[in-house]
Amino acid sequence: MLTKLFLTFFKIGAFTFGGGWAMISIIEKDIVDRNHWLSREEFLDLLAVAQSLPGILAVNIAATVGDRIRGLKGSIMSALGTILPSFLIILIIAIFLTPDLIKNNPIASRVFMGIRPAVVALIVAPVISSAKSSNITWRTIWIPIVVALLIWSKIPVISSPILYIVIGGVAGYFTYSRNIRKIAENSSSDSSSTSSNP
Amino acid sequence: MIYLRLIWSYLKIGLFGFGGGYAMLALIEREIVGPGWITEQMFTDIVAISQMTPGPIGINSATYIGYVAPAESSAAFANPFFGILGSIICTLVVVVPSFILVRMTGHLIARHRDSVVVKGIFSGLRPVVVGLIASAALLLMNTANFGTELTQQLISVAICVAAFVLVFFAKIHPIWVILMSGVAGLIVF
Repeated sequence: MLTKLFLTFFKIGAFTFGGGWAMISIIEKDIVDRNHWLSREEFLDLLAVAQSLPGILAVNIAATVGDRIRGLKGSIMSALGTILPSFLIILIIAIFLTPDLIKNNPIASRVFMGIRPAVVALIVAPVISSAKSSNITWRTIWIPIVVALLIWSKIPVISSPILYIVIGGVAGYFTYSRNIRKIAENSSSDSSSTSSNP
Repeated sequence: MIYLRLIWSYLKIGLFGFGGGYAMLALIEREIVGPGWITEQMFTDIVAISQMTPGPIGINSATYIGYVAPAESSAAFANPFFGILGSIICTLVVVVPSFILVRMTGHLIARHRDSVVVKGIFSGLRPVVVGLIASAALLLMNTANFGTELTQQLISVAICVAAFVLVFFAKIHPIWVILMSGVAGLIVF
């Protein structure tokens, strides 16, 4: 069972391009539909947990799924299976495609001169799609803009991404709980006013 | 000691890496490019290589940076052995925080998924994550990637705009966009 878990995640790690989000549907197919290790509801519950934790989504999913199926050993084997293919592939690339080669080889240096501006575009695209999926409105759009500019400024301390992750989490908790309280107060005052007016 | 500093940096990246690979890039840029362990260009090249190989970008970049950083920090670490050691350390360290959190808090989060605390924290994190990705894009718009001379800069901007149209509007897979831009670079430069 442990070997099977390892091989399943190894295969997923070796053949999925595009990171965690692309992996979700393939993991679901393998774990739920093909091997019946978990029910769909169980899997979706674990997915929600994996998404709420920091770190690499694919590894988080592997660790939670492995943990549910086979405990600590299961989560270690699943996580290792996910990591190992990319580790080996990148290690081989790093050994042969050294920074010196990219800089000094006439062909490699020109290829990468063309690739670098395209990489910037590849990161601009998810800014827009994540802004859409996060329901950013005209009232909240200042948050990503201010965060991006302050990190970009490279001013010591206030350009730390960690600072904004912490502030965002804390501020989110207070705003959300205040809004919930407001809604609760409004609805209770509504119900009291309706009960007093027959 | 380069290894201890790499461990400390990757622990932070693993512990605060919310919002997926692209948001993590802002942290990696800050922790790894900031101290000068790798150059701006190398960082961009790693992102490109990560996009073209299978697996999560967080793992790919940890493995590559772990291999390159020791040799870049000192000539004494130029031997591949130190590179392989670095890549093993970085790759393991970046997953350790989330692995421990999965084990320790997984059940807790599953139970309190709909609580005000969990929902509130993530409602606040979401716009920040968008800002993190945007900052990674802004940080990469520099002369290291777009060149210092005007002609190279103009060509680079053209490639960038074309790549954006292909990825965002035409929904072409990033791998093909990187391959095409590499061929374009070979022809134009």
